[in-house]
Amino acid sequence: MIAQQVIIMIGVAFLVGAVVMTLIRLARGPSTLDRVVAADVIIAVLIVALAMEAAINHHATSIPIILVLSLLGFAGSLSMARFVADRDQARKWDVSTSAPRRSERSPEGT
Amino acid sequence: MNPVLDIIGALFLLFGAMLCFAASVGLVRFPDVITRMHAATKPQTLGLLLVVIGLAFSLQSVRPLGMLVLVAVLQLLTAPVAGHMVGRTAYRTGHLDSDRLTPDELAEDLAAAGFHLDRGDGAEGIEDREARE
Repeated sequence: MIAQQVIIMIGVAFLVGAVVMTLIRLARGPSTLDRVVAADVIIAVLIVALAMEAAINHHATSIPIILVLSLLGFAGSLSMARFVADRDQARKWDVSTSAPRRSERSPEGT
Repeated sequence: MNPVLDIIGALFLLFGAMLCFAASVGLVRFPDVITRMHAATKPQTLGLLLVVIGLAFSLQSVRPLGMLVLVAVLQLLTAPVAGHMVGRTAYRTGHLDSDRLTPDELAEDLAAAGFHLDRGDGAEGIEDREARE
């Protein structure tokens, strides 16, 4: 029991360091996509922390929260990626003369 | 509660936490979005699998196993989709250093199809974007 708690506490120390460095990346950017990636890592850290708490106290209450967090990270990064793509796309694509004319914003957003 | 299984589960959780730490080091040190994604996706799949296995060892009961398997399967299905979308957006908005790419097969295919990404000649790169933001 004591050995389990010692191992978990070492893991908590790793998690604290991870969250601090990820928050540095989340604050500094430089682009929105960097912040999306950093937010995904923070969600992963949260999942590990919830699992550690469940492992120490031997209860299964946190498992639905883990499920919701993983799906939330998926939906969040997906929608943010689509948002950034729609916003930046018209500026970055260039159409050469040999290609068929492509409208400034394609309707399917790809 | 079996203390040996507790310790095995705690070791799995420790490996998951170490993967999170490695991902954060990569996030701080790596230069652009694609390489940061390379670091950040490790705790999302391998780390989550380790955490689920460790939690199954620690709880030592059959009832939460179904939910744990559901978490693992859903994460394995959704993480590649999210990573693909973020990587595609990063490529198309120019958030990568093309000089570091050894093969760039997507650029060759785009050139063959008549498109080219506006990057290099007179286009705004990452530095210009950072300067403007």
